[in-house]
Amino acid sequence: MLRETDRHFKFDWITIILFFILVGFGWLNILSASHTGETLDYFNFQDPYSKQLIFILLSIVLIIVTLSIDSKFYERFSGIIYIVSLLSLAGVFIFGKTINGSTSWYNLGIMTFQPSEFAKAATGLAVAKYISDLHTDIKYFKDQIKVFAIIAVPAILILLQNDTGSTLVYASFFFVLYREGLPTLYLIIALLVIVIGMFTLKFGITITAIIVVLSVIAHYFTRRKKPSLFKPLFIIMVSILFSFVVRYAYNNVIPFHQKDRISIWLRLEKDPAELRKMRQTVAYNLNESEKAISSGGFSGKGFLEGTRTTGKFVPEQHTDYIFSTVGEEWGFIGTFGVVIVFVLLIIRILHLSELQKSQFSRVYGYSVASIFFIHFMINIGMVMGLIPTIGIPLPLFSYGGSGLWGFTILLFIFVKLDSNRINEW
Amino acid sequence: MRQFLLFISVVIVGLLFTARLFYLQVYASDSYSLYEDNAIRKVFKYPKRGFVYDRNGELLVANQPSYDVMVIPREVKPLDTLEFCQLLKIDKEQFKKQFEKAKNYSYRLPYVFVSQLSKEDYAILQEKMRKYEGFYIQKRSLRQYETTIGANVLGDIGEVNNAIINKDPYYKMGDLIGKQGVESSYENILRGKKGIEFIQKDRFNRNIGPYKNGEYDTVPKPGKDITITIDAKLQAYGELLMQNKRGGVIAIEPQTGEILAMISAPTYDPNSLVGRKRSKNFTKLYYDTIAKPLFNRSLQGVYEPGSPFKLLTGLIALQEGAIDTSEKITCYRGYKYGNRFMKCHCVSGTRNDIVSAIEKSCNAYFASTYRRILDKNGNASTGIDRWSEHLKSFGLGAFLNNDLSVGQPGRIPDRKYYSRIYPNTFYSTYTISNSIGQGEVATTPIQLANMVAAIANKGYYFTPHIIKSISGDTIPSKYKTPNYTTIDKKHFDPVIEGMYEVYNKGTASFLKVDGIDICGKTGTVENFTKIDGVRTQLTDHSIFVAFAPKDNPKIAIAVFVENGYWGSRFAGKIASLMIEKHIKGEISRTDLEHWLLTHSLENEYAKPQSGQPFGINRQSQLQVVPIDKQALQIYQDNNKKL
Repeated sequence: MLRETDRHFKFDWITIILFFILVGFGWLNILSASHTGETLDYFNFQDPYSKQLIFILLSIVLIIVTLSIDSKFYERFSGIIYIVSLLSLAGVFIFGKTINGSTSWYNLGIMTFQPSEFAKAATGLAVAKYISDLHTDIKYFKDQIKVFAIIAVPAILILLQNDTGSTLVYASFFFVLYREGLPTLYLIIALLVIVIGMFTLKFGITITAIIVVLSVIAHYFTRRKKPSLFKPLFIIMVSILFSFVVRYAYNNVIPFHQKDRISIWLRLEKDPAELRKMRQTVAYNLNESEKAISSGGFSGKGFLEGTRTTGKFVPEQHTDYIFSTVGEEWGFIGTFGVVIVFVLLIIRILHLSELQKSQFSRVYGYSVASIFFIHFMINIGMVMGLIPTIGIPLPLFSYGGSGLWGFTILLFIFVKLDSNRINEW
Repeated sequence: MRQFLLFISVVIVGLLFTARLFYLQVYASDSYSLYEDNAIRKVFKYPKRGFVYDRNGELLVANQPSYDVMVIPREVKPLDTLEFCQLLKIDKEQFKKQFEKAKNYSYRLPYVFVSQLSKEDYAILQEKMRKYEGFYIQKRSLRQYETTIGANVLGDIGEVNNAIINKDPYYKMGDLIGKQGVESSYENILRGKKGIEFIQKDRFNRNIGPYKNGEYDTVPKPGKDITITIDAKLQAYGELLMQNKRGGVIAIEPQTGEILAMISAPTYDPNSLVGRKRSKNFTKLYYDTIAKPLFNRSLQGVYEPGSPFKLLTGLIALQEGAIDTSEKITCYRGYKYGNRFMKCHCVSGTRNDIVSAIEKSCNAYFASTYRRILDKNGNASTGIDRWSEHLKSFGLGAFLNNDLSVGQPGRIPDRKYYSRIYPNTFYSTYTISNSIGQGEVATTPIQLANMVAAIANKGYYFTPHIIKSISGDTIPSKYKTPNYTTIDKKHFDPVIEGMYEVYNKGTASFLKVDGIDICGKTGTVENFTKIDGVRTQLTDHSIFVAFAPKDNPKIAIAVFVENGYWGSRFAGKIASLMIEKHIKGEISRTDLEHWLLTHSLENEYAKPQSGQPFGINRQSQLQVVPIDKQALQIYQDNNKKL
């Protein structure tokens, strides 16, 4: 008896409470964004708010199932789970359905099912399993290649489904690998790629080159021990070359709509007439979403009172742009609250991960935190114009059954692993 | 260190988001206003504009419906322009031009595409409007003038311009506002208050339904009707008499300060400024810089007052004790001062007291009394300031601050005014022309009429005003409080006596009207214009001021006829007829009426533009014209409606 109760209370209730806060508040906003003004019918299975309610109820079943399975199962079967997941990703190319240009759905009659939402958890398990193997040390290049492959295969499959947003999520595993010993050089290269890329597009190649040269010279002369000239010269050359590549890719390689998104993000377009046109076309969503958020002011217009939400001014508001509903109806108080809850949830998962005694649990926990973080950062950043438009949902918040269940499984596998950490020796 | 990378990233992103949210929602967010929210369509409902009645309750201005075609460029879908243009009766070029203008104005705000359709065009268009997305019809109310009189009095309404929209948020693009006359000065009372309906839109700009079930909607508040002090019949008559002439006539009821008639000639039909023809006709009137029909001569015409000003010189002299009523001054066909000479019409050696000086309009008498006023304390500098103060107490030299949309202060000089020309020494002789209403003094016809009203009242006047009553409201008390002049009551008697003698045996004796004791004063004012940069004298202006009856005055009037030569020739006749019309209601002096209707000054006005050398005054021929039957017909039609 006593042992039974004990085991229940080993679940991390803080994580579970934060999960339900997000799901519950998310549903209120889906209700706001999707109700049509007529009387509310929670069980008509037609309107998104009604469907989402069912998804949430079913997710509770999913939680119970996930928590009931023995935690050893996840470690032991991670390989099989991973392979099943890859097969389901590949299967959409044969049986799949195309929605909004992405072929990433199975049509199950009553609902559609998106395997990429579940592939994240599977990849997390596979990465955890591989890294926790006693023979693996990702300080070595050979092992790095293998772990990169584990991550890349699902990512490439998803990219082929034309779902750029979900592909980008796999970048989150960088945080996991870095935590587990990936050389710092990778971090430096990643940062340089981002910074040089942004500088090239924003300020041009010449200014970027000057900044690179000056930085390298400054770094060289402040060092007490003067190394050979080869390394700094090499860095300068590669950087400038990369700068040209970025410029070329921006002008000639990437599709137009993505070019426009980058142009809007970095505020590259200065012509007011052109900007006005953009606000009507490519920047329409972002513009409407920013306006909706801004119009909420400090305390918001009130639940179900948002005029822009009621008028459906923001397209896709109940899915990727759900945060703009929070902004309009709940104001700064609401949006700040949501940001805080997400930050707390991610930090909580991180904290628990560090407490894990098994490396498998730790790596998996890290994967969960990283995936949540990437989603949180890209989605809210995009809705507010801090990040170029990339279509990915806000975890636990956005409308969608696959998404909700994918994140539920992702999170609750970790809750289960965590509950078992006392037994791990 | 490695385990902190993600932690630090999460915290940094959290802080960045908070900062961005703070910027968007707190710093850059305007306080929320339903009016600014473009998710909500605001549909204005225009109230009925108040009617305007004359003092006898005759309806002068009413309303008629009008329909504007509005466009919201963002919502416009490709359309059959040819058919649309035919319906709107515009050509394709105009369509393109208007559409460009609308786009330049705003993509999402309504713009007046074609204004003020006729009822017939509206009926046809209404059926087909659904086909043209982005266009809709906005109903408005236009003015309907029941008669053709009083264009300058009533004014008109026109579309607000951007300057007004920016200054007063009440007005939106395409709204109508009073532009001149009482429409302008009583705009806030006549217009009422627009009602508003809030409608929730979706992103395709479709109406979803009333916002919050119309909780915030308001009902339009109709404008209030006003009654003005104008006597429409008198006004109509005055306008008839002033045809073929330029000038102003203004009649005031002395006991109340109510303006009975306010005529500015030439005038125009107020209906010509209603609806679609407004802009064309208005431009025509606006660019007529020679006849200046939009220039309200009775309010804005600043002229030297001429001889009627002698009444004031006399009054001030009596008040200052510079002369007394018994003193006589000899006139030797003029007045010699220093080495200069001011001519006079008197027979040489005539001895005038104040009464006969007014009757004969003796220049010498008033020149010498003027000098006595200024030199009374041996110092012309303080003298002229005192003189100036007296004049200002008659409402001269300053705006009357009344309820007319335009006005001019005129000019009453004081010592300060002369300090630039005469910085050091200043003698009374320097400004002697002022004594007879020439020189630096200048007044408007309404100021002269008001001066006459003050004389008729023997020392006070009510600020001349045009509002008689507002339905459901009161008129400002300032129109019911007398303004006292600085002249004692007793000094008015000899001056009034002199004015009476003007009619009895003086310069206006042939203008007498049986049964009415009229007191008047003629005036003749030299005037000049510039032709090709050369200062050229034109035929004198004809001025006349009068009030009647002598006891218990009912009307005070000032008539100003440009280039009418001498006072009783045009202005005096008009004044007499107006007085008779007002007091008796009908005309016995039909001879005067006939003379006025058959004599035109148009040839006089054409002279400066002719490019030919021309004669003035004595060398000028009076132009005789047949009675304008059409004008007479219009007059009779107007009278039938009143």
